[in-house]
Amino acid sequence: MRKSLFAGLIAGFSLLSFNAAQAVEIEYWQYVFDARVKAMDQLIANFQQANPDITVKQTTFPYADYQTRIVAAKTAGQGPDVMQLFYGWLDKFADGGLLQPLSPTAFPHDKIEADFFPIVTAMKRGDDYYGLPTAVRSLALFYNKKLFTEAGLDPSKPPQTLDEFVAAAEKTTKRDGSGNITSAGTTMDMAGQDHQWWREVLVRQFGGEPYTDNDRKVAYNSEAGAAALKWYTDLQLDKKVGQSGFMDEGQAAFKAGLAAMTIDGTFRLGAFRAIEGFEWGVTELPANKDGVRSNYASYFANGIASGVEGEKLAAAEKFLAYISSPEAMEIWLKTVGELPARRAAALTDANLADPVYAPFLKGLAYAHTTLFLDESGQRQITIDMANRVLLEGQSPADSLAAAAAAEQALIDAAAK
Amino acid sequence: MSLRSKRVLWAWSFLAVPIVFYVMIRFYPTLQAFRISFTDWDLLKPPTYIWFDNYVRLFADPAFWKVLRNTFAYLVIGTPVSLVLAFAIAWYLDRVRLMHGFIRALYFLPFLTTAAAMAWVWRWFYQPVPIGVINDALALLGIPQQPFLRSTTQALPAVTVTAIWAGLGFQIIIFLAGLRAIPQTYYEAARIDGLGEWAILRKITLPLLKPTTIFLVVFSSIGFLRIFDQVYNMTTNDPGGPLGSTKPLVLMIYQTAFSSYDMGYATAQTVVLFLILLVISLAQLWLLRAR
Repeated sequence: MRKSLFAGLIAGFSLLSFNAAQAVEIEYWQYVFDARVKAMDQLIANFQQANPDITVKQTTFPYADYQTRIVAAKTAGQGPDVMQLFYGWLDKFADGGLLQPLSPTAFPHDKIEADFFPIVTAMKRGDDYYGLPTAVRSLALFYNKKLFTEAGLDPSKPPQTLDEFVAAAEKTTKRDGSGNITSAGTTMDMAGQDHQWWREVLVRQFGGEPYTDNDRKVAYNSEAGAAALKWYTDLQLDKKVGQSGFMDEGQAAFKAGLAAMTIDGTFRLGAFRAIEGFEWGVTELPANKDGVRSNYASYFANGIASGVEGEKLAAAEKFLAYISSPEAMEIWLKTVGELPARRAAALTDANLADPVYAPFLKGLAYAHTTLFLDESGQRQITIDMANRVLLEGQSPADSLAAAAAAEQALIDAAAK
Repeated sequence: MSLRSKRVLWAWSFLAVPIVFYVMIRFYPTLQAFRISFTDWDLLKPPTYIWFDNYVRLFADPAFWKVLRNTFAYLVIGTPVSLVLAFAIAWYLDRVRLMHGFIRALYFLPFLTTAAAMAWVWRWFYQPVPIGVINDALALLGIPQQPFLRSTTQALPAVTVTAIWAGLGFQIIIFLAGLRAIPQTYYEAARIDGLGEWAILRKITLPLLKPTTIFLVVFSSIGFLRIFDQVYNMTTNDPGGPLGSTKPLVLMIYQTAFSSYDMGYATAQTVVLFLILLVISLAQLWLLRAR
């Protein structure tokens, strides 16, 4: 009697745990961006079909609140199991105990390093990886074909060097009787992607280096850095082919057809494609006189929250493996327009022949990824650096020196 | 229990609900803020007490003094301009009979609009040619276009205009109510005695309007010292910019707390703001007190 009761209990327990295994629910967080949410819905549907015992709940927040929500949720113990994060937030998130390192058995390092683009190492701290990207983004030069044609330029031959870029901008700029710009040759928006362009591309093309020592030491306070800043600010002050704040934002000016060229990332493709009758092209970021090219690549990765364990951890690992699989990357490319993070999935013949994806993919080959400690803080310093020259008439060299000092102080304080 | 004590008991049991509510969601967090301002809490790690370090750091920070200057600039421009404007409009509106209700509603409308939506509309007004309405008008008149929000000197006044416009309707309504509360007999007596309009305004209207004016001065001062919505929404790409020229204290607090997660430092800033508001409100009440 006793024995059978015991057996019954055991059976009951195992049934219970079986039921529990049936009903693992994990929560996935990302920020609101229409195409990304749609793509993730599709990935979740596919994943749940293949793993009927796991449910994934997607929760989204506006980008401006996203980090705060994650940090606050951790304090409240109500966080996600798998979360999306910008690679530049890793230090903050890892130090704050928001993430757990990926298990090397589930995600072998040699496989990661062989299959993904090298910029994935920005998710590595010490011996551990803290996340994997689905997609990566790089920059390119977008140009308005109609404005090129109107200005007598060949829309099939976009500028390939910085000099050609300036020449094209001069030809496409339109002004009214008082000299006000009514249609810009190029957008100037440090708060957009220009700060990345200046930091990782222009500084290098003028012979400098933005940082040394794993991006912990500011190195752009040099003649090369000053030349790069002067070249950039001269677009407005000397050449008058662009104007910071024109149409409020660079991307808005380009979208409205009031800027002939803009430097932006893959993530903008969806928005530009959605406009009917808008004819634009993409080309690699212009090279310097010696043919030196550079690019800035970045990505959002997905990581597993600290404290996730047992069945939930197993489910989270499975989910992470799926959303960083070649199949998921294919879906992401189609829906969001961001490039696959795995070489094999990205460098297909079809993608390399694609007039839109090819320039971004080429850029990825020689791209740099800034290891930000405080992305918004460092961006603000670059915005202010340009504004001191553009609005207050400070010399590029002085403004550069002030920016370098401020950024070094910020990095030192954050790295403490 | 007597009827009287029963009534008192009833009154208190009803009052208890809002009192408990206020103590919990207002006073308790306020006291907590004082405590957190002595720590280095960053949301992620347990806080340790660093006592006055946050305050020392704050007073040594040139960014704080700049922000404080901006905050007072909003106050010094905003409060007098908005009160004079509101009074002038209310004064004339009080005499208008034709479509009085409609005009009053028009003035009040901005007050009902979401601050964020309004700030964005003004942000577009201030754009350069070809989309900025104001600059388009200037260009039409042959006046050089102005940078407005893209200038370190014009941006703060430009934002203040938006804030004044947003609060104007409310101030007009309050002034109108104050004007209506002044008995007509005083005016009649003054007119019989042969006083001119200007004298009536100075000797009768303004003195009798004093309680209304005090209320609006304090209310609008607190509003300008806490300005945030307009600034943040009009400068989202470079919050409080360009070069920090529009950044008020509340925006600095917001950024310290929610971009740097430096909660201890942010609460220290909040405590300073609280003390400033307290001192200014008390000083205004004292200066404008009934003698």
